[in-house]
Amino acid sequence: MSITIIGAGLAGLSAALTLAEQGVSCNLVSAQASERAQSVMAEGGINASLDTMGEDDAVTYHFEDTMRGGVNLADPNAVWGLCQNAPAVVRRLYALGVPFSTNERGIVQRNFGGQKKKRTAFVKSSTGKMLMTALIDEVRKYEAGGLVRRFAHHRVSALHIESNACRGVTVTDDYTNEALTFSGSVILACGGMNGLFEGLTTGTTQNTADVAALCLENGVELANLEFIQYHPTTIGISGKRLLVSEAARGEGGRLFVRKNGKPWYFMEEKYPELKNLMPRDVVSAEMTAVTAMPECENQVYLDMTGIARDVWKTRLSDLREQLVHYLHIDPAKAPVPVSPGIHYFMGGIWVDEQHRTSAANLYAAGECACQYHGANRLGGNSLLGAVYGGMVAAQTAMSDPETDRVSPEQAEEQNAEVSPSFRARVSAVLGAYLKILRSESGLRQALEELNALSAAAGNPAEVRLLRLAAATVNCALFRKESRGAHRRTDYPVAERGCQKQTIVTNTEIFYREIPERRSHEAID
Amino acid sequence: MKLLIEILRQASRTSAPYKQTIAYEAPPEDTVATLLKRLNSEEKLTDTSKSPVGSIYWQCSCLQKKCGACAMRINGTPRLACDAKLGEFKRGRLVLEPLKKFPTVRDLIVDRGVMMENLKAIHNWLEQSARQSEKTVDLRYDASRCLQCGCCLEVCPNFTADGSFYGAAAFVPASRILAQAEKDNPQALAAYYKENIFSGCGKSLSCHHICPAEIDVEHKLANANAVAVWKRYFR
Ligand SMILES: Cc1cc2nc3c(=O)[nH]c(=O)nc-3n(C[C@H](O)[C@H](O)[C@H](O)COP(=O)(O)OP(=O)(O)OC[C@H]3O[C@@H](n4cnc5c(N)ncnc54)[C@H](O)[C@@H]3O)c2cc1C
Ligand code: SF4
Ligand code: SF4
Ligand code: FES
Repeated sequence: MSITIIGAGLAGLSAALTLAEQGVSCNLVSAQASERAQSVMAEGGINASLDTMGEDDAVTYHFEDTMRGGVNLADPNAVWGLCQNAPAVVRRLYALGVPFSTNERGIVQRNFGGQKKKRTAFVKSSTGKMLMTALIDEVRKYEAGGLVRRFAHHRVSALHIESNACRGVTVTDDYTNEALTFSGSVILACGGMNGLFEGLTTGTTQNTADVAALCLENGVELANLEFIQYHPTTIGISGKRLLVSEAARGEGGRLFVRKNGKPWYFMEEKYPELKNLMPRDVVSAEMTAVTAMPECENQVYLDMTGIARDVWKTRLSDLREQLVHYLHIDPAKAPVPVSPGIHYFMGGIWVDEQHRTSAANLYAAGECACQYHGANRLGGNSLLGAVYGGMVAAQTAMSDPETDRVSPEQAEEQNAEVSPSFRARVSAVLGAYLKILRSESGLRQALEELNALSAAAGNPAEVRLLRLAAATVNCALFRKESRGAHRRTDYPVAERGCQKQTIVTNTEIFYREIPERRSHEAID
Repeated sequence: MKLLIEILRQASRTSAPYKQTIAYEAPPEDTVATLLKRLNSEEKLTDTSKSPVGSIYWQCSCLQKKCGACAMRINGTPRLACDAKLGEFKRGRLVLEPLKKFPTVRDLIVDRGVMMENLKAIHNWLEQSARQSEKTVDLRYDASRCLQCGCCLEVCPNFTADGSFYGAAAFVPASRILAQAEKDNPQALAAYYKENIFSGCGKSLSCHHICPAEIDVEHKLANANAVAVWKRYFR
């Protein structure tokens, strides 16, 4: 059996480990080393109903919060699997040596947005880095044993899909320009589509969206591209958006805007139960609304001055260091000006509950896949979704029958790259019209501007990127309602008839029903 | 601010390196990383002798000091490009070079694969489930922060890419694993540690002072030595 994994962040490593533990070998391909994947940047934590905080937490509550946070657009059976397995996932990570803090009941958990219980396990605000170090070391064991073959500094240059079945993938060595073709099943774990919004996201420059664009070109279904998460608390720094983790609010940070000159803690007034910790789509939309009010200033602040000294030291030291370094503001002493920024892609490559894409022998997991988060992702659920999704994708890939090999003619594909200036132009269009609030006229304008760029597309990779950009805008046009992260000024409420997934291919766009929820017993 | 940027360029692994000087203006709050992004998005950039510059190859990922991708020599010091703000360089003179201890791939990109190979060679992994103890939690946290950026190896007098001494980029991660070792459960790593780290280290600690992640490298060395060499286990 031959399996190739594209991406060596959390989802890719988790898939590789799952295969290796079953004695199945794989090629583990990534544009850069695992230490550089976006997963190392994750800060706040990972969710699981471990119930260590004396709040009577349970899988059902995690499930309900995730479904509600996603405004009922996620596959309930997949979400149940995620939540049910979450405690085992986090305990496994603990066994691999992740330095979670513990109390007498187990791993300590913190509050996070959209969740009524303390359910987020964390290591200060460097949770992603800690999980990655532990998984990299564990996978290394199997690299030494020969089961995991690493191809760092390799980029995907072609996907080989014939009659809707994947036969393999060609990757190109960034260092030598040599191409390598691997036949067999492919698991995509290549991260979110940051490359559509260059310079406008909190994430890595490495996740270029090129693989999603290749999927679209090859007839693989993409889904829910309109759902782009704007994290409420980000700050523009040189070349990117810097995230202020939700942990800052989980530990007591408060949002305010100056209204008639006086601080107004609008989230606390409007949402007395969850306050500053409402789901991200709600907080971002409220920030946009209050800053548009004539009696308010055009700037929201995050006030973290009330956070206790020992909490800064033991739980948020790394966050404080970043703010002092890049902004020259000590958040323990002064409020920090924040605004919403692009942080996560809920949509992506369509997958079923077992992480199969619409093409046979092609799987997707982690942020590149459209799974678990519906219309809005809860903080702490994507690290979980990446680790768990990688496991499920690997298990499915092992159990499915194999396909034919890549034929030699197919393997001869061109390697082309998107130039930085072209990417910047596409990003400028998407950044201008796919904001928190969208409208028909704006989206039509975006399509026109993208269309005007087609003459400038100089190679196949640029043509593909442009098509992916247009598909994303088309998804936003198609969904005539407001739900989660997708807010239309011309269709301001959620419509029952739109409680479906948007599916987009290179030829069509349509709604697909969300699977019926099976009884829990049937899923167990 | 006005800048005069000298970049050591090299078209491929085997071609000869050459210097190119570019006059450019950028805001002082920019980092060297954003400067490179700006230079690369200029459609027709020329150097001081009017020759075209073309794409300058370099690596980045997080742009916020969390991934180690962008390590290079900036005015002779190995550091992260996304950490170095232009305003620091008062005279506006910048010299950008690839790290010298590793083979150059192209321009500012070097092949640091040897670092991961070395970790594999010393068996840097847990032999069994972690023995979690609150006593080692801070040590394991700090050790887990290593970016594998290679700055410590660049300044280490004893490290070479083809040598058998592996330096701080190996002993910092190793200290996480060694914190798990016990008398009746020694990690295979301990033996390799003695050979590839302990015996070759001059303890000058240049590595400690350069680490851009500000890891307490000296502390990791002391703790790893205690376990691997002196068999003083954490309880
Ligand atoms: C600042 C920040 C903080 C966050 N905090 C949290 C948090 O607290 N909790 C939480 O749950 N989530 C958090 N997230 C989200 C979370 O980090 C990501 O969703 C998750 O890490 C995605 O993991 P992944 O394995 O899918 O992708 P990634 O870790 O992004 O890995 C993608 C891999 O694909 C490779 N790749 C990409 N394109 C190609 C290509 N063309 N060819 C070959 N390889 C390719 C890359 O090299 C990389 O190895 C945060 C995100 C950011 C940016
Ligand atoms: S202490 Fe000196 S010899 Fe030892 S790793 Fe650090 S720099 Fe190298
Ligand atoms: S110890 Fe510090 S300098 Fe050395 S590789 Fe790790 S992060 Fe870089
Ligand atoms: S780009 Fe990640 S450390 Fe500089």
